[in-house]
Amino acid sequence: MATETSTETSAGQERPAHRRRRGGRLGAFLFATPLRRHLVLAVLAMVAVSVALESTDAFRNGQLAAMAYFGIAAGGLTVLVGLNGQISLGHGAFMAIGAYTAALMLRGENPLPLAVVLVAAAAVALAAGALVGVAAARLHGPYLAGATLALAVAVPGIPLHFSGVLGGEQGLTVRVPAVPDWFADAVFFVTGQDPGRSRYLGYVGWFCLVVTFVLLANLARGRVGRTWRAVRDNEVAAELAGIDLGRARVLAFVVSATCAGLAGGLLALSARIAAPSGFTLSLSLLLLSAIVLGGLGSLPGALVGAALLTFLPQLATTLGQDLGLSDVRAAELAPLAYGLVTMLVVLFAPSGIAGWVRRRRTSPSSSPVPSGRHET
Amino acid sequence: MQQLFTTLLTGLTLGMVYAAFALALVLIWRATRIVNFAQAPMAMLTTYVALVLIEAGYSYWLGFAAALLSGLVLGALVERFVIRYVDPRSEINPVILTLGLFIVLHALAALVFGARYRSFPAPFGLRGFQVGDTTIALTGFGIFTILSVLAVVVLLVLLFRYTDVGLKMRASAFNQEVARLLGVRVGRMLTLGWALAAVVGSLSGLLIAGGGLVHPSFMDGVVVYGFVAAVLGGLDSPVGAVAGGLILGLSLSLVSGYVGSQLVSLAALAILMAVLLVRPGGLFARVRERRV
Amino acid sequence: MLSVRDLTAGYGAVTALDGVSFDAAEGEITAVLGANGAGKSTLLRTISGLVRPSRGSVTLAGLDLGTVPVEGMAAVGLAHVPEGRGVITELTVEENLRLGALGRGGRVGAADLERAYSLFPILAQRYRASAHVLSGGERQMLVIARALLARPRVLLLDEPSLGLAPRIVVQIFELVQTLVRADGLTVVLVEQNARSALSIANRGVVLNLGRVVVSDEAAALAGNERLRHAYLGF
Repeated sequence: MATETSTETSAGQERPAHRRRRGGRLGAFLFATPLRRHLVLAVLAMVAVSVALESTDAFRNGQLAAMAYFGIAAGGLTVLVGLNGQISLGHGAFMAIGAYTAALMLRGENPLPLAVVLVAAAAVALAAGALVGVAAARLHGPYLAGATLALAVAVPGIPLHFSGVLGGEQGLTVRVPAVPDWFADAVFFVTGQDPGRSRYLGYVGWFCLVVTFVLLANLARGRVGRTWRAVRDNEVAAELAGIDLGRARVLAFVVSATCAGLAGGLLALSARIAAPSGFTLSLSLLLLSAIVLGGLGSLPGALVGAALLTFLPQLATTLGQDLGLSDVRAAELAPLAYGLVTMLVVLFAPSGIAGWVRRRRTSPSSSPVPSGRHET
Repeated sequence: MQQLFTTLLTGLTLGMVYAAFALALVLIWRATRIVNFAQAPMAMLTTYVALVLIEAGYSYWLGFAAALLSGLVLGALVERFVIRYVDPRSEINPVILTLGLFIVLHALAALVFGARYRSFPAPFGLRGFQVGDTTIALTGFGIFTILSVLAVVVLLVLLFRYTDVGLKMRASAFNQEVARLLGVRVGRMLTLGWALAAVVGSLSGLLIAGGGLVHPSFMDGVVVYGFVAAVLGGLDSPVGAVAGGLILGLSLSLVSGYVGSQLVSLAALAILMAVLLVRPGGLFARVRERRV
Repeated sequence: MLSVRDLTAGYGAVTALDGVSFDAAEGEITAVLGANGAGKSTLLRTISGLVRPSRGSVTLAGLDLGTVPVEGMAAVGLAHVPEGRGVITELTVEENLRLGALGRGGRVGAADLERAYSLFPILAQRYRASAHVLSGGERQMLVIARALLARPRVLLLDEPSLGLAPRIVVQIFELVQTLVRADGLTVVLVEQNARSALSIANRGVVLNLGRVVVSDEAAALAGNERLRHAYLGF
């Protein structure tokens, strides 16, 4: 499967562009539109993920699953911040909503199929995102930041209040459904091994990630993405061009929240629990720093950020222990690094983040060259 | 009736603390058009300074003074060496910068002081006063809280209204270019503004901590309440911040007393959204509507 | 008094000033004239350091202003009243005035305020009012009074007539003339309203697209019909 696809890839690239339209050959067909290109990339990514999952142990499988849900949440956030110029410090809240939805749906004796559960987690977050997004669409900069910050702090209080249904401080334990037979058979057929639950969740997570990224990439390249960028770059011009600012912003918020909800559902499965302590303000802030580190506005960047969120803590903690710190303190080295790098990126390499902000700020009137820093 | 009275008194005390924190946010917003979300961990750090000194056997008041002083220094350092270099034309960069600082200070505190809960002393009684056979929900520490915040407000008013440096600070906040042309060293005024704001923030940290528990995220909720209070007051007005703090303290206390204490932050969110959508300029806006 | 040599400055790729040179003699009013976008405001902003020049120099009584930060201009005797008046509307009238003297580094003496109020009686009546409530003409008086409290040697005035009724413009221009005669103040007056400006100025500098077109006695400029039609619009 893998080899076949890659030969077709190179064949497709050699063909002159005008002949692709005929679509007679598979390669030409596959690369005819951005959507098809994304799908090919997606298949390749899934193959790479299978190799990675099959060649590592259960612990690494778990980490890869974590990277997948961080990646989905970061991908959604990067669309919101990078493409639409809104900010959210509250994506942990949407992850919580997705996680609790999934946990509740998996409680019964005969839970629904996993796909249904995950779609529901995303759908509930979508609804919540629409509610918040309608309000958020009218806010800018620090006001939007403050409002979403309040959201991040408020949502974990809800399960504490409704502890009967939502488990209070302890949270809800999540029963991971058994690996479906067809899936186990398929994996066994290819690798000769039975997949454990961790590996299964790794596949599920990465499948979701790939699907999400294909959808996001297509949105970003299409008309919707152009609208978002137009709103981000210059609201006045966008409005004059007939773009409904409110609708564009709400849509970006909803898409982003939906991704966070799906990520939350996957998190609940991986962690086997949905509890308030899993969705602290830190989670929201780390997500934001992840997309800043990865380079704002790019989906591969979001994936880099997710990888950092997943793998840096262990590295940093080990380093800290080698330096003689206790476990608990060594665990703080990773956030310390995220925070510092985030600050440095904003201050010294704002081209990624600030490139568009600068364009947006200076284009209406070319403001004078500032005369250097204030004297102190 | 008794419960309502208790709830309102608690709300008044809490409201004063929120007012102090909101005041810190407003001072910085006025000076630099930045909402300093890192105010929460800054106040947390300075509270730890006090705690370390008190646990080492020094008096509460020495710790108190040291916390305020370290707030002054921390605020100045943050403005001079971090905030000074952010592109002021961007809406999002300053927000991300203060959040980066938030994460850094959080991690630093946990690294240096540990992440466990530590109890923080109060200099005055934490029991309500007895009137006849009923206990009023006003404690010695509560009175201290109210008086100290009032004192800060009065001192700030005196500073800004009646001193030269206060005038220069206000001029720098309102119109940097004109202030510079008149010879005001705007950079210094901004540093001073951040330093003063951090002192006020530190005070709110000490007041929240008094008689309670301190850990690296103990101020995280307060930054939300402080922000909501500041927005209630219009974000630009110190008097509005105090009024907003009191209104918020009372409302949240009612929510906590009659609905459920876990929903307090949700209520704060609801109040914030209502104000931003209905009266974006704050409850006391007179002049103009503005972009929020 | 103020000597500008080969001053060149721009915003990004756009050159707003291109090799501007002129002198403003002590105790005289030098009018800088020209159409919108000729570079008049940029010239003043570059002199006071708000815009850093890419080439050229400005000296005030022999002192190179290139080394003086914006905040230091008041102390060396340069006052700049920016376009759009620069009243800090959130402060009271008296606070605006006090600020003028503070910037110089000195304390505000009662004598300073007394003098300002005697020059501008209208301000004395409203000294406790928020500057927000002042009319356009009153604001212009306030910023001039504020600039004078710094006891400048050179006063840069950017479009003082902008948006004011002709009667008020006459009043303000007469006032500027009085100040120059009384204190030996040197004034650089940027104006669109060339006719009024030339009526009080000693010399005039005409800018077009960032370059000096002509620099001459005010009377000579006012008498040059071709120049008036081409650049001065009257």
